[in-house]
Amino acid sequence: MDDATDPKNSTYLDRRSFISRLSLTGAAIVTPIGMAATGNAVAQTNSAEAAQSDGLVPITLTINEKAVPLRIDPRASLLDTLRESAFLTGTKKGCDHGQCGACTVHVDGRRVNSCLTPALLHQGHKITTIEGLGEPENLHPMQKAFLEHDGYQCGYCTSGQIMSAVAMIKEPWGSEDHDVKEAMSGNICRCGAYPNIVAAIQQVRRLS
Amino acid sequence: MDIFDYTKAESPQRAIELAAQSNTAQQGASVRFIAGGTTLFDLMKLSVERPQHLVDINDLPFSGVERTSNSEMKIGALVRNSDLAHHPIVTEHYPVLSQALLSGASAQLRNMATVGGNLLQRTRCIYFRNTAMPCNKRDPGSGCPAITGDNRTLAILGGSQHCIATNPSDMNVALVALEARVHIKGDGAERSVPIGDFHLLPGDTPQVETVLVPGDLVTHITVPTPRRRTKQVYLKLRDRASYEFALSSAAVVAEIADGHFREVRLAMGGVGTKPWRAVEAEAALSGAPVNNQSIEKAARIALAQARPQSGNGFKVELAQRCVAHALRQASGLVKA
Repeated sequence: MDDATDPKNSTYLDRRSFISRLSLTGAAIVTPIGMAATGNAVAQTNSAEAAQSDGLVPITLTINEKAVPLRIDPRASLLDTLRESAFLTGTKKGCDHGQCGACTVHVDGRRVNSCLTPALLHQGHKITTIEGLGEPENLHPMQKAFLEHDGYQCGYCTSGQIMSAVAMIKEPWGSEDHDVKEAMSGNICRCGAYPNIVAAIQQVRRLS
Repeated sequence: MDIFDYTKAESPQRAIELAAQSNTAQQGASVRFIAGGTTLFDLMKLSVERPQHLVDINDLPFSGVERTSNSEMKIGALVRNSDLAHHPIVTEHYPVLSQALLSGASAQLRNMATVGGNLLQRTRCIYFRNTAMPCNKRDPGSGCPAITGDNRTLAILGGSQHCIATNPSDMNVALVALEARVHIKGDGAERSVPIGDFHLLPGDTPQVETVLVPGDLVTHITVPTPRRRTKQVYLKLRDRASYEFALSSAAVVAEIADGHFREVRLAMGGVGTKPWRAVEAEAALSGAPVNNQSIEKAARIALAQARPQSGNGFKVELAQRCVAHALRQASGLVKA
């Protein structure tokens, strides 16, 4: 087994760290142009603290009940900030235009598309991601129900589906399957696990 | 995405001062208000909108829904679409507005999108959204590829040789049928505009979509309360059952007594370059007996001025059927 495939070796590359190293290499190449652009942005930004030479601005987001200080490109979406700055990669990027729901998170308890809102707008809000919902040993009832009912196939849309479903249960919808389908229509599942997703949600609704 | 300044406005006056510095309040504005961001941030990602300054208006005091009198409701511009749709005043007195709001977008988007933003929602025309293509609305004078291109979802009413982009909002259609007024604070003055006059036809200047000028801030909307016995229906037809823009929609607000239509207000979505009020059809229904003959005649009149494009001829009959079915639902001839 060579270094790169041996998990015990310090130079072992799992899929995520391999991809992030690739991204860093990519970033090094594009940085001069990127920095010129964001540096200019910051020079104009009204925040007194914003004048960082790398073009990033300091913000603090409250994510999963923790205050998380971050330095972000002022143009970053909440989605990109969660994934690339806070390293919470459970929230997925699907379409990046509010058309698929994979990026669904809660802001002050309400479900939103994190791709369609700049992170800058969310200082002082309570952001909840799939990582804040349950732990592997202590799953949220909705996570358990998705497992029990096989509410996914590839799993890419699943964190968005679960975040959406958890918020949906607190919203004023009817109790029938067609009500669940309408309430969940903002979450697309390309694998078509819809019947099992509806079953999982209905189980949690009946028990809650 | 282009770089931008960002200011969180602490007062309406501050927001107006900043916005008054914009070159325009229409397409290509250098200063933009941001509230929910669901349209603006999307278009910024596509480089269709390239503001140099974003003014965050989320802290301004425009978040209330209230009945200001027995005859009027006031809706703050920052009220989120979901909150408005489920508000008890709206569900009780304005079901057509609730139905229209809930038929638009998804639950997530409705939680973000505001009333003011929905009022200013931009077209979904694929040429407008693609900066590699010409578009008179985005880049005046560059041409309209939609007229000879993919226009299946675009307008059959109110278009010009320069633009046939559809207004995509459902809320606007209901507000037109309810005869809402848009209240605007400007650089120095306040004014209100009937919603029917707020959106403009494309004509020779499709880049100018509303009456707003730099510094104008939509603060709230007022909606007269229909009489208690008024029947209200929003019917939306689309390519899939949910989470899709209208191919055709109809909002009906109708007073019916003794088997006859009295005052009827009828607006259509998905077919016009602005939320489309069918005034001639309303007049034809006034005093007409409630039956299929009057309804079908009104539906034909509503589409009499339609100018179908190469790929959306089907919309004429679809819209007629949509209007007729909504009128049948409102009058109890079929189940809503």
